[in-house]
Amino acid sequence: MKRKDEMPNRFLPREKHSHPLAYYPDYKSSIKRSPQKELLKFPTTPSEESGPVFSPSIIGELDNNLILNHADDGKSAIGQRLLVFGTVRDQHGRPIPDTLIEVWQANAGGRYRHKNETYLAALDPNFGGCGRMMTDANGNYEFHTIMPGAYPWPNGPNSWRPAHIHFSLFGEAFAQRLITQMYFEGDPLIGMCPIVAAIQDEKAVERLIAPLVMEKTVPMDCLAYRFDVVLRGREQTLFENRPEGL
Amino acid sequence: MKKNTLLEETASQTAGPYVHIGCVPNFAGLQTVTKTDLGNSLNIDAFGGQEITIQGKVYDGDGAPVLDALIEIWQADGFGIYPRGNTDIAMPSNAYTGWGRCASNLETGEFIFKTIKPGKVIFNQDQYQAPHITFWIVARGINIGLQTRMYFAEEAEANKTDPVLSSIKDQSRVQTLIAEETSNGNYRFDIHLQGAQETIFFDF
Repeated sequence: MKRKDEMPNRFLPREKHSHPLAYYPDYKSSIKRSPQKELLKFPTTPSEESGPVFSPSIIGELDNNLILNHADDGKSAIGQRLLVFGTVRDQHGRPIPDTLIEVWQANAGGRYRHKNETYLAALDPNFGGCGRMMTDANGNYEFHTIMPGAYPWPNGPNSWRPAHIHFSLFGEAFAQRLITQMYFEGDPLIGMCPIVAAIQDEKAVERLIAPLVMEKTVPMDCLAYRFDVVLRGREQTLFENRPEGL
Repeated sequence: MKKNTLLEETASQTAGPYVHIGCVPNFAGLQTVTKTDLGNSLNIDAFGGQEITIQGKVYDGDGAPVLDALIEIWQADGFGIYPRGNTDIAMPSNAYTGWGRCASNLETGEFIFKTIKPGKVIFNQDQYQAPHITFWIVARGINIGLQTRMYFAEEAEANKTDPVLSSIKDQSRVQTLIAEETSNGNYRFDIHLQGAQETIFFDF
């Protein structure tokens, strides 16, 4: 029997079915970059139950506005204007406040601003593709950006990535560290993408697809998509698990 | 019963080859969001422990260095204490951060961390963990971030009783987690994603 004082800190084990397979040959890069041996399972220790804490003071005024944060004065990025918003929670549904989110994406033509990028689509001089923000006291976040373009990539003879935004999340402990990608409702390329298909559970794929939310769109300005994130939760004490009334 | 009301985790997806844009934008040549990439200094001067340097590469199944990896470390200070919420990471005057981030060199794959040697970390009321540093690796082709630990060769005694190391059934693989001091204060820690020397990765 584990002692009471150490129980609330432990994290629930990762749900394997919710995550992609490490080795998924249709995604060619995973063939030589996935561990072949079984991961060693071990309950979280204080080393995983703690994690870096970032001060909101690191966030600049335009960090959560990718339409403007790389643009010259009076200019803005080219593309369909978007508001992306959501809530970061743990598996118990508790919002995670004051946690850092980093995002990056291609421009409207599907081109990244990166020295290794060779796609022939044009760079947008007013778009960098990098943003970051903290969740508020209720775990909510939002940022403004433009709709990223789909782009071809050298996986098969004619492979295209669906439009996506990369997300990096810290949560409140290193056990919750996560990098993921958000996709857009209605994109037919999602179903053809092996990076997506590495996730075997269809429900888990659906949760990566952000729906259009008309109520949050801003008339004459931008469309809005919601992307909620769930990070691992801690184990609960018996007391917390007790059905109500007992 | 509340038991069945757990939400399901958001799936991981690969960081892709352009992780630098979001996580180390200055490294990627983007100065617009931040002037200093988060995690490029652990603020070791604020602690005054035993300074160490860790260098290494991540290797793929062909033995080729991975040139687009992003590596993060998380560790305790010299007393074995993890920094808490009062630490403002990226605020120059503040405390030792315990968290570092480094992109592997785009030509050589080499990563480097300047940090301090961590102390023993508490495991439970009766037991300590040997000094160790948590490593987290993402890259194109890695669908879910890989977590491992670096231990110190000169801590043989503490390593012997470490609860995590002693849980490893195939003890011949333990050496993949142990870094040797190559010269004064310099450690080499290479990470092998596959092959005979495949590093032990953890599912904590």
